[in-house]
Amino acid sequence: MRAKLVSLVLTLVLAGLLGATLVRFAPGYGVDEHALDPRLSRESVEALQNRAPARDGLLRYYAGYLQGLLRGDLGESGTLNRPVAELIRERMPVTARSIGLGLALAWSAGLALALLPQLFRSPVLDWMTAAAAGVFLCAPAAVVALAALHAEAPTGLALAAVIFPRVFRYARNLLAGAAAMPHVLAAEARGLGRVQILGRHILPLATPQLLSLLGVSLNLAFGASIPVEAVCGSPGLGQMAWQAALGRDLPVLVNMTLLLAALTMISNFLAEAVTAKCVPVRA
Amino acid sequence: MRTGAGMKGARRVIVVVLLILLGGAASGAFLYRVPYDQQNRESFGAPPSKEHPLGTDELGRDRLARLLHGSRISLLLATAAALLATAIAGVVGAAAGHFGGWCARAFQVLVDLFLSLPWLFLLIMLRAILPLNVSPVVSLAITFALLGCLGWAGSARVIAAGVQSMHRSDFMLQARALGCRPSRLLLHVIPNLRPLLLAQLCISIPLFLLSEANLGLLGLGVAEPMPSWGNLLRELENFHAVSVNPWVLAPAVLLVTVVGCFHILLSGKESHA
Repeated sequence: MRAKLVSLVLTLVLAGLLGATLVRFAPGYGVDEHALDPRLSRESVEALQNRAPARDGLLRYYAGYLQGLLRGDLGESGTLNRPVAELIRERMPVTARSIGLGLALAWSAGLALALLPQLFRSPVLDWMTAAAAGVFLCAPAAVVALAALHAEAPTGLALAAVIFPRVFRYARNLLAGAAAMPHVLAAEARGLGRVQILGRHILPLATPQLLSLLGVSLNLAFGASIPVEAVCGSPGLGQMAWQAALGRDLPVLVNMTLLLAALTMISNFLAEAVTAKCVPVRA
Repeated sequence: MRTGAGMKGARRVIVVVLLILLGGAASGAFLYRVPYDQQNRESFGAPPSKEHPLGTDELGRDRLARLLHGSRISLLLATAAALLATAIAGVVGAAAGHFGGWCARAFQVLVDLFLSLPWLFLLIMLRAILPLNVSPVVSLAITFALLGCLGWAGSARVIAAGVQSMHRSDFMLQARALGCRPSRLLLHVIPNLRPLLLAQLCISIPLFLLSEANLGLLGLGVAEPMPSWGNLLRELENFHAVSVNPWVLAPAVLLVTVVGCFHILLSGKESHA
């Protein structure tokens, strides 16, 4: 567990360094394009150049960034002219709400559809549920978001439509694998009911691996929130990341990189810890 | 729940459908010789006609010509990007799995770093850092090169695990017992990686097609007037046009069909394995 924590911290530091490297060496770093305006006087150009970030070395830039981070100063957004910390505080609840709703709906729908064919042992039902999930799996998240916008559905529903086919596919394969285990076949041969077999033999076997998917689905939800929030006009972190990309707002992008890496790694770490607790220790 | 023979037949049909679509995309633009960027000032947003079988867009450009060129660009370049990503994954994954030690640990941290960031976020972040105001050809190259250079991490992890399990196999044990050096052992490993690399290539193509479509719809993909499935899908933003002219859905239908074909092929392979 300690090794995992060290690896987590090391990866986070590297994620920050990667973000800082990209910002420092991005074409146009430290140049204010307004300074190229021929109408400006020499004094105005000098003032703009003084306002631009200093052309420090990479490590000095990163150390400065980390110092600011420890003080809670994440820099200022170039496009929105507001502190990044304030923007994240403002937009985080919007994204958290839509991701929460999206994950709840996606897991409910994905698990329900994966359980149905196991419960009724019907190949037709299996084919139909797989086909329904397959259509959503093959559509880009932005197109799903456009359809949700057209139907005036909430952002969370669009996110659920993007995540649920992935949850379904994984859960379906896991449950099918567990159902084919010899002890499950033996229970079936002894005449146990489908509900009993599912509850006592199939689900306990699949639960630890399903739990580990929880961490991954959070990563999926954050990824999907970018096109969904951008298309649906929801003022969350996903929309901010998209606006920052269009406006080359590098301070926002580097902070978002660190935030997303931290959230994903912590959720994966927690999911793994819970999974490890669930799996019985073998002698 | 599916029979082996039925699945094999379905896979054959899927391969034929994919080949027809790929052939159509590759040759269609040569057979239908209408320029994709030619604006017809007399007919903006025109319905299908003899001259324009899929009608024209809001700038008066022939939709079929744009769809054929866009399909060729998206399919060929997504395949090229997938080849690049699989090649990088093959080299990095094989090195990490084969040499182990610090090489494997460094590889683990690098892959964790890549996989800890949502794929689309990583793409738009790097796309934003590169110049946005570039010519359509450069934007095309940047988009697909980014997909190829960033999409290797997941595949590399699978390949590294495959190489590690290969190291425990009987033929490798025998080779080591005969005194093969690590560099020579690699010559035994590489040919056996072919099925794994092929599977990763088939996984990457639909992933890259969907990513390009998302980037295009968000305005960070291939720049106009160059068509690609991503920027052709931008027509769907106009709900009125979709309800009046359902044929604007053609790129979406093609994209879903191709990605679906790849998914069915892959699920067939999984069940076969």
